[in-house]
This record gives sequence, structure tokens and C-alpha cells, in this order.
Amino acid sequence: MKLVQVPSDESTQYVIEVKDLVKSYKGVQAVDDISFAISKGHCFGLLGPNGAGKTTTIEIMEGIIKATSGQVLYSGKSIGKDISQQIGIQFQSTALQDFLTVKETLNLFSSFYDNTLPHEELIELCDLKDFLDRDNRLLSGGQRQRLLLALALINDPEIIFLDEPTTGLDPQARRNFWQLIKNIKAQNKTVILTTHYMDEAEQLCDNVVIMDRGKIIESGTPNQLLAKHFKNVYIYLPKEQVPQELIDKNQWCIENGRVEITTQKVEEIISLLIAEQVSLDGLQVKSPNLDDLFLKLTGHSLRE
Amino acid sequence: MNLKRFFAVIKARNIEFFRDKSSLGWNLFFPILMLAGLSFVFSGDGKSVYKVGVINLETVQSTFVETRYVDFINYQENSLATLKLEQHALDFIIDFTEKKYWVNEGSPNSYLVEKMFLGQHNNFTRLETHGTKIRYVDWVLPGILGMNMMFSCLFGVGYVIVRYRKNSVLKRLKATPLSALEFVSAQLVSRIFIVMFMSSVVYIGCNFFFDFYMLGSYVDLFIIAILGAVSLISLGLLVASRSKSEELIGGLLNLTSWPMMLLSGVWFSLEGAPNAVKVFADLLPLTHLVAGARKVITEGATLIDISYHVTALLIMSTVCLALGSYLFSWNTER
Repeated sequence: MKLVQVPSDESTQYVIEVKDLVKSYKGVQAVDDISFAISKGHCFGLLGPNGAGKTTTIEIMEGIIKATSGQVLYSGKSIGKDISQQIGIQFQSTALQDFLTVKETLNLFSSFYDNTLPHEELIELCDLKDFLDRDNRLLSGGQRQRLLLALALINDPEIIFLDEPTTGLDPQARRNFWQLIKNIKAQNKTVILTTHYMDEAEQLCDNVVIMDRGKIIESGTPNQLLAKHFKNVYIYLPKEQVPQELIDKNQWCIENGRVEITTQKVEEIISLLIAEQVSLDGLQVKSPNLDDLFLKLTGHSLRE
Repeated sequence: MNLKRFFAVIKARNIEFFRDKSSLGWNLFFPILMLAGLSFVFSGDGKSVYKVGVINLETVQSTFVETRYVDFINYQENSLATLKLEQHALDFIIDFTEKKYWVNEGSPNSYLVEKMFLGQHNNFTRLETHGTKIRYVDWVLPGILGMNMMFSCLFGVGYVIVRYRKNSVLKRLKATPLSALEFVSAQLVSRIFIVMFMSSVVYIGCNFFFDFYMLGSYVDLFIIAILGAVSLISLGLLVASRSKSEELIGGLLNLTSWPMMLLSGVWFSLEGAPNAVKVFADLLPLTHLVAGARKVITEGATLIDISYHVTALLIMSTVCLALGSYLFSWNTER
């Protein structure tokens, strides 16, 4: 068994443990012997490009599909029949019943559970107030995702699965959605999130597992992983502001019309530029992100 | 079975149906247009030949039965023949052995045939019957309503389930505590309500204009209609139990519905059809729905009288529902 020990404040209190999970379809190994554990109250990110096996993994954890082999344990116990009463799920792509309003959809899903959150609380938490009487077909992408999140929270679950929750949303809607997830985290609920947006993972996730071709290729907190794999930061300046001899002397690169300086010592470089009387207008300093990490680990981008 | 979940799904499905104006309109106006069209087409005088029922025709020696432009139809006993005479399906009945004849006092054709008959035989006892004529529209009514129910049951359940499966509504429902039994049962009950409501509205509405013939009990008619609906919905559930493709389910539902359209006695009687066709038609639920309803309407049959059709529908419903539930897939597995 290869259990990846994900760092945790409460190192022994795992709410979910995935052990030696394998899922095979005809000729395809969608999930290839992966193991990890998730601590209570954490936001856990499953990262990877399309086809990495994230959705298959999360759907096995949710009890929607069966694993070929391996185990998923909830607080040390196998998935039981009543698991759907205890977890909340937002799928990657879900249609809602046509012709029902948001309020009617909430009523329908409430009827499925023994214990539910008061609707007023859900409406407040997911900001549904302005479109409660709107037909599901007429919701915008952001409104729809907020309703789907409300449905995932309707049974007041301790564990919430969010599969690519912000795919297709505009930047503002994405940031609003992130705030909703932060509010949920603040209630000490455990969130399992799949995404291929690295900024999303960096914003929300306490721990991440990076998957590619069904396997886990790295795991840890975002900061730990970046610190482990990258020592340098990138400094960018408009090309016309930097003398060519300075570029040649320091062997800096030209990338997309900008000078790219890779260094561990930002202060030294800034001092050098000032000494050479280079204008610092338009200067950008960028740290490597998880996208860069994935590129480094696999040789291809997360969005491929 | 959790009744709260069960009724919530029924309510949601009913709301979905009644708010879908295009589908609602089609379900309401299609049978009305069919009835109006057929009533218009068949509103003429009908066939010009007279139809005369003769008891034990093969033993009759009279030259009257050789009269041209008159159809002589053999009957073994007079009860069925007199019913046909009451319904204007026959114009005259003669029993040469008992030296009796029957006329329908309300039928001009009956009067004319009597005059012809009395020209050759004047020593027969005259008996009278009365009855309202069964028009083609009365005869075809159960067929059209049955056909409309068939389309509503097959496509309204089968197509919707496949659409739900394809766009992951089923997958979302599977992630809740809702069981397959609760979901399938709710679809069944919701569709029965919709179908019976729509059929009742169409029947009652059209009755104001057509004044339909009705010899039997409305309760019996309602019961055979519900049994037919359950059977057709179960067939729809079975056909849709696994498919994820709307194109495939469209083909499968057409494959299921067209034989019933043609062979279940919607438009014409299968009395003269080859035996193999009759046997095949007997395997189709619409055949039993239409035949049972028609007997209630035109012959005043009770549920006991049509127990063969009732039993056939119950067996078909049980088999299709059991198989449909067994094979049903939320189909989230890729």
C-alpha cells in the first residue's frame, strides 16, 4: 500500500482515506493504484488536466461508481448505504429539471433527506435571494453553480465534493464562488475539490494531490510543493527598456517581447537595474505557480 | 419506500409537464384534431348497400337472400345481431326458422329493407328495436384516445428518462437518498395522472360536440384506461431502462409504437386479418386497451366481460415493470 501522507494539523484524524484505488475501463486504466488521506476541516484539491482521473476518483469516493479494486474509508469505515445522507455533491456537469424554479428545486431536493438546512440559511449562504422564482433554464452560469452548491449543502453535510465547480464561469463569478467556498470552510466542513485552475487551488486548498494519467505524481500543501520544486522567481521588464549588452552579459531571455530574468535574489537584480539606470516602469515579479510545477513534473500544461 | 421523496418527485414531474406549453398543447389538441378530422371525413351517408343479419344463413332457402346490393351476414343467435341492429351496424334481421324479423324504428334503412322483405314474405312476426347509431367517430374514439395515451406514455416516460440520464439529472438524483424504486414509481404515477387527466379533458370536451355513444359504465372505462396506461408506461420504462442515446430511444420508441398504431385496432377492426397478425396484435398492450374500451363503449361490456383484456394488461404491466426495474440503470458508469 502506498498511502501518501498528506500533512495535517490533526495528523491522525482522517475523515476520508483512499487506499490502493484502481479503476479500469475497457483498455483504459483511469485510476492507477492511488492512495491519500484527507483531514477534517481541510479543503483538499485533486489537480490535474482533463482525463487525469480526477472525476473518476471523486465519483468512486462519492459512491457513484464502483472501484475495480481498493478502498475508500469514511472515518475508518467502508462506504455504507446511507453515505448520500452524509455528504454533499456538486457534479462537474449536471442539468436540473426544466420548468422548475430555484425555490421548487430546493424543495424537491430537501424532500430527499432526513435532515436539511433551513432554506433561509441556504439562500443566504449561496446568495440565491435575487432569483428564487426563476426557472432553472433561465439561470446564468454563476447563478446555476450557486444553486448546485446549495443543493450540495442542503443536507448540511460534513463533507462536500465539488467537481470543477467554477469551470465556464467568468472571472468575477469565479471569485464570488471562491468566497462561498471559503465561507463553507469557515464552518469547519471538509471540502474535496477537483480543478484544473491552479489559482483556484492556491486560493482554496490546504492540501493538494496532483494527478496525471491516473497516477498521483505529487502531493502536499501548495506552498510546500512550490518551495520543494522552485527556488527562483521571475522578473519581467519591457524589452525596449533594457540595453541589449546588459541582456547579453547576464544571459537573460526574451520572452513575448519582455526580458525574463530568473533569479533567487530579487533585491540584487533590482539594485543592478537601478545602477544601470534601467527604468522600472512595467516591472513584474512572478513566483512559480502550480501550473509551472505541473509543467515541470510532466512536461505538459495542466490545461492540455 | 419513502413517501415524502416519492410524492416530491411526482409533484416535480407534473409541474415540469404542465409548464411545458408546447408538449401540453400537443397532447391536448392532437386527439381533438384527429377526432374532428375523422368525423368530417366519415360524415357522409356511408356505404350504399344494406346490411341484413340472417340467423343460420346457410340453411335458408328463400330467394330474398340473393337480392343484389344487400349484404347478408350470418349469425348463430339473435342477441349479438339485435345489438348490431340497435347500433345501426345492421339494417335488418331475419330468422327464417322462427319466422321473425327485427327492424330498428329509428333507422330509415331498416324501413326500406322491411318494405323489400315484405314484398316476398308477409307471414313473419315483426319485432322492433331502438338504438342510437354508432358512428365511425364513436367506434374510433377509444382507438384515438388509446393512441394518444400510448404516445404520451411511451415518449413522455421513455424519452424523458433517457434525456434525464443523458444530461446527468439521473446521476444527480442518484447522489441523493432517492432509490430507483421511488424514482421509477414516481414516474409511473405522475404519468398515469397526466395521461388520465388529459384523456378525461379530451373525452369530456369532445363529448359536448360529438355526443359520444356510451353503452357501458364510465367507471369500467376509467379502470380499463388506467390499466392500459400502466401497461404502456411500464413498456416505456422497460424500453428506456438502459439507453443513454436520444437517437436510439427515438428509434426504439417508434419501433414499439408503430406496430401498435397499425395492428391494435385503432383505425380498423382486425376481424378479417390473418391469424398470425391477430396473435401478434394480442401481444401489444394497446390492442387490449382499445378492444376493452371499445367493448365497454359500444357493447356495454363489464370488467368481467372483458376479463381477458384486463388480465392481459395486468400480466404485461407486471412483466414490463419487473424487467424495467431490474434492468434500470442510473447509468453513471462510463
